[in-house]
Amino acid sequence: MPLPEEHLIYPHRRRGMDQSLYDWRPATARSKGRWPGDRGLAVMIVLPVEWHMLDPSGKPFKHPGAMQTTWPDLRHYTTRDYGPRVGAYRLLRALKDAGLKATVPVNGIALDRYRPLVEAALEEGHEVAAHGWSTDAINHSGLSGDEERALVARTRDAFDAAGLKPRGWMSPARQQSFRTLSLIAEAGFDVCLDWEQDEVPVAMTTDAGVVHAVPLMNELDDRTLLIDRRQTEDAWADQVLEAAAYLKADAGVDDRRVLGFTLTSYVAGQPFRMSAVRRILAGLADGGAWSATASELANT
Amino acid sequence: MNRSDPNLYDHWPYRDRPKIVWPGGKALAFWIAPNIEFYEFDPPVNPSRPGWPRPAPDVVGYSQRDWGNRVGHWRLQDLLDRHELRGSVSLSIGLIDHHPEIIEAANARGWEFFSHGIYNTRYSYGMDEAQERAVLEDSIRSVEAATGQRIRGYLAPALTHTARTLDLIAERDFWYSCDLFQDDQPQPLKTRTGRLVSMPYSLEVNDVIGYSVMGLDPWRYADILKRHFDQLLAEGRESGTVMCIPLHAYLVSQPNRIRAFESALEHIMGHRDEVWFATGSEIAAFYREHCWDQTVADIERRGLATGGYGFDDAAA
Repeated sequence: MPLPEEHLIYPHRRRGMDQSLYDWRPATARSKGRWPGDRGLAVMIVLPVEWHMLDPSGKPFKHPGAMQTTWPDLRHYTTRDYGPRVGAYRLLRALKDAGLKATVPVNGIALDRYRPLVEAALEEGHEVAAHGWSTDAINHSGLSGDEERALVARTRDAFDAAGLKPRGWMSPARQQSFRTLSLIAEAGFDVCLDWEQDEVPVAMTTDAGVVHAVPLMNELDDRTLLIDRRQTEDAWADQVLEAAAYLKADAGVDDRRVLGFTLTSYVAGQPFRMSAVRRILAGLADGGAWSATASELANT
Repeated sequence: MNRSDPNLYDHWPYRDRPKIVWPGGKALAFWIAPNIEFYEFDPPVNPSRPGWPRPAPDVVGYSQRDWGNRVGHWRLQDLLDRHELRGSVSLSIGLIDHHPEIIEAANARGWEFFSHGIYNTRYSYGMDEAQERAVLEDSIRSVEAATGQRIRGYLAPALTHTARTLDLIAERDFWYSCDLFQDDQPQPLKTRTGRLVSMPYSLEVNDVIGYSVMGLDPWRYADILKRHFDQLLAEGRESGTVMCIPLHAYLVSQPNRIRAFESALEHIMGHRDEVWFATGSEIAAFYREHCWDQTVADIERRGLATGGYGFDDAAA
């Protein structure tokens, strides 16, 4: 039996995007601009704070870093817990020494559990964002609108209860449903770290208002490169610095670019990786990049 | 039972902790943990995990591990002798009966033994309390009979746990668990009895993870060990850290790897004025006596104590 007829019908086949969130705009048509201080490169460093529970459902897929062996998988539970407990403090210290700011997305469920880390990040001038409710509450199209709205509301409520008013949102596992953008806009999040369609922020339109996409590079994700792809910390550091050098040159004297990358605390915060982390941060600081948070980028 | 949050220890941020100074004013406590394991040729199949990744007999896997005991162990032992280092042996207790020469040689050198289950092909999954207790009693009794040593440490066989494992070892007056990886300093565990310390062991610099999981080459593994040590030593000057290198002779003693490993060890030995070369129970004993109370008080002072015990529902 052949495929149903719809497989040869192309309702969005015309110039532009096949969705209405934002318009097609090739890099050649971007309007030029500079970052504050007449700088060409902005660096957005993202330090996610996640809690990996011992009994995740794994639905609709396992969040990166989720448990792997038979319950109780204390091996992976404690390996992940190392991040916000030990590794993140190394990263905060390295950021402070380099004079760089980070954006810190926190799971709603982790606000209380890892409160000292959230407080330390705020004290040191970093920006806290929402990282959904938990690593086991993934936004996806299998949820009803009400279910997903409740997840977003629960997250917002947790931040309210903590006295925090983040504008930024990063979805758990950076996974969205077709509704997510609109639901986060409705809940007052107007900056989103899930989309990376350009090297500058992109304003996206939802029926609940504008959400600014700030680019975070999946291809430089530390966990992916260092764990999944088994690359060395030096090769990772070289790539971050190569991207920074390239983008700075690409911006020239009259344009601008954003380099967004993650420092995952249980990965980058391992003792043997810290010399590479420090090399990255020193290189970025010495290169005169604008150290920007997600909201600061969205404001430009 | 709380199945999401094990509540085995309290959250305790890695900064502004009360200072640890190891004996002799040392910054870093270094211990080396050769896993001396026995994998059975034809183990019973645990419903949660087969003994071997391939159908038994897995002759390459089995014989490589046997090589680790008949060849690799002696090579690693010589290397540690040259550097005057004592191992803390993560022991498959059944090996005492199979290969007594290894136990005698290690014991004669003042190496310490701790239990890593009976065989590394017998998992804790599905055991009831009496069965788990039997493994612990067997471990204590067998090591005592063979060496005169009372074991104080535990690493669950193949890192397979149950919710009651840590309570059971604490009850038997074990001093340290190697099963948790949340920190580079020891910490009290919330067991119902005893003073059980969560001892930094390591997966990150464990040769199984390095060689078998991450696929490192020997020089890269050595480089990671050096970097790991350098960072932990620098931090240890502010408050004492622990670095453990868990080893498996069937991996690290291979002829393509052992010299690269020795270069890392030489790097570490070059800092001997700042390093306390200890065994697991020596670190645990010092910690229990000199650091346990200050840790508990600090966690309390910071308002981070959640109360309760591992796997109960009391966590706030």
